Amino acid sequence: MYAYDGLDRSLVRDRVDEFRDQVARRLAGSLSEEQFKPLRLMNGLYLQLHGYMLRVAIPYGVLSSAKLRALAHVARRWDRGYGHFTTRQNLQFHWVKLSETPDILAYLAEHDLHAIQTSGNCIRNTTTDPFAGAARDEADDPRVWCEVIRQWSTLHPEFSYLPRKFKIAVTASAKDRAAIKAHDIGLRLGRDAEGRLVFEVLVGGGLGRTPHIGALVKKDLPADRLLSFLTAILRVYNREGRRDNLYKARIKILVSELGLAAFAEKVEQEWAALDPTEIDILGTELARIRGQFALAKLDPRPAVSRGFEAARTREDFARFARNNIAPHKVQGYGIVTISLKGIGDTPGDCTADQMEAIADLAESYSQSEIRVTHAQNLVLPNVALDDALALFEGLRAIGLASANINLASDIIACPGLDYCALANARAIPIAQAIARRFEDPIFEEAVGELQVKISGCINACGHHHLGHIGILGVDKKGEEYYQLTLGGSGAEDAAIGAVLGPAVAAGDVADAVEALARRYLEVRQPEERFLDTVRRLGPTPFKAAVYEHADTV
Amino acid sequence: MLILSEDGGVRAVEDRFTVLGDEEGAGRARPVILSRARFEADAERLWSEGFELGVRLAADDKVEDLAYDLPRLAVVALEFPKFRDGRAFTSAVLLRQRYGFLGEVRAVGDVLLDQAFAMVRCGFSAFETRASAADWARAIGRYAVVYQTSADGRQPAFLARATKS
Repeated sequence: MYAYDGLDRSLVRDRVDEFRDQVARRLAGSLSEEQFKPLRLMNGLYLQLHGYMLRVAIPYGVLSSAKLRALAHVARRWDRGYGHFTTRQNLQFHWVKLSETPDILAYLAEHDLHAIQTSGNCIRNTTTDPFAGAARDEADDPRVWCEVIRQWSTLHPEFSYLPRKFKIAVTASAKDRAAIKAHDIGLRLGRDAEGRLVFEVLVGGGLGRTPHIGALVKKDLPADRLLSFLTAILRVYNREGRRDNLYKARIKILVSELGLAAFAEKVEQEWAALDPTEIDILGTELARIRGQFALAKLDPRPAVSRGFEAARTREDFARFARNNIAPHKVQGYGIVTISLKGIGDTPGDCTADQMEAIADLAESYSQSEIRVTHAQNLVLPNVALDDALALFEGLRAIGLASANINLASDIIACPGLDYCALANARAIPIAQAIARRFEDPIFEEAVGELQVKISGCINACGHHHLGHIGILGVDKKGEEYYQLTLGGSGAEDAAIGAVLGPAVAAGDVADAVEALARRYLEVRQPEERFLDTVRRLGPTPFKAAVYEHADTV
Repeated sequence: MLILSEDGGVRAVEDRFTVLGDEEGAGRARPVILSRARFEADAERLWSEGFELGVRLAADDKVEDLAYDLPRLAVVALEFPKFRDGRAFTSAVLLRQRYGFLGEVRAVGDVLLDQAFAMVRCGFSAFETRASAADWARAIGRYAVVYQTSADGRQPAFLARATKS
């Protein structure tokens, strides 16, 4: 895990002082709200329905036990005892006071945490595969490159006032657990024929009201030329991205208006014109960063853990092992996902007590390391299979042993109208109502992988476009209605879901989702996931299942 | 107006330049700032009459179009139509890093104290602002560490680490 040195710490401390000064000027009235807004956003501070929300950065979703305890302390002291993990691997506190945020940030800085660039029209927190460094199928550790990007993009003087927000995601696996095709820039790290590290660069992905899947703009970019190539893309975007219309300001619109080939040519021209020695990462610095992510020594373990195999005779643990434990690159270990989606829970919410308990469990069983996933769950990446049962019992004691990863109740939902000033409709109660339909684990496992994603408005923070079933809250004459989409995916087979039919009333959404799942069970072929069946058969059988009874508009 | 002084400090100075409107008579030779249109129409004549010239670029003007004339220009003024419009940051970087422009790069328009740090890093050297020199100096000196190279020549963290070890 990357550890700050004095230089990293100095920058974060100076940032706190700067923000303290800005808040004082705002409270004194010498800074207008219009002037303050972009400044506070670049420090993660939003003004929402009920007050201020602070979004704390969790760089590429990597936490230590000590950092998670610090976040628990913030939740307890300055918020209402909980936090909300987001789809961009960050943590939001929804009940903070403006006057207290400098103190919160100062406390976070003592623990090498901050809220820099978690919002605003700048380069946001870079996200990655939550299994990075532990996954069997990765070409190299993507966190190394996320840290390289973090430093390059932090307080970048040229790219802090972009036309719109800018999100970068990195993966190093064929299996995409970072939704790279839904980002402004998606990077896939691989190796070329000679074994050198190279990036595939995708550009122009993004959700919101005009969803786009990222397109390939560069193949086989030598990894050590990454920063100059990113600079070229950002420079073209900063100069040419639209600033006349907020809804057309993302890079995806620039790419589609210019055409991919013309955009790529501009980037190549700029890349050829800039001086790489000024920008590209030095080999020594890359080695320093890489060294910090070296896999901590894991004691060798037998390929088969007797304790683990014995425990799997217990049905509850067996289910947890099937759904929540993924293979690790080191023999005898597993990657354990902790679901924050228990039946009746708010997706992504975690109490201070739970955070502390997870920090303890990570210390005992996962080398004090925790990851945040873009599906709003947590991961303990380095768990010996011999310890898996003890970990499971520990999670059960704090109500976090739901064995539903990638199943129907593992729902992504934005905060929606319960918190957000932009939302048209609530997302959380819809998620809870759907989850209750899959309370029977035998039914839920029979349905298998099913990604349900809910957004309370067209801004798509709940990634509904990418849901196998997507649900979008809309306002119909003051009533909350929900549009359903089918066939989306945020993985390597990324696709935007297609609208199924008329929007349904709030009370009918869970019925509709259950009807879709049951229809799938009737018409699927062996080994077919829900998504595969939808792709094979198209919407017709599913449409019939939903609209037989629903109240629609 | 504020300018960066040689020692890296900030000083308030009288602006030597006046803005010469597109329709205005040129009058006697003096330091003037022109729009790009007037510059293109009139620069040769004004130079021959002994004027010292600067050009004001709108946010969507390309500095590339000025490249040939840069050695003869005293000032390039880059406009922030709104402080949130960051195109001038790239223009300034290109003027300094790509074209080696040594004259004054001036921030004009909606110039916000809280952007002083980024402006100086990108190569701006003069600022049309009502902020005080003291506030400006504090803002540009806010950060002891920077992560990237930019037009100000500051040593970024990655080079500092390389030289330390």
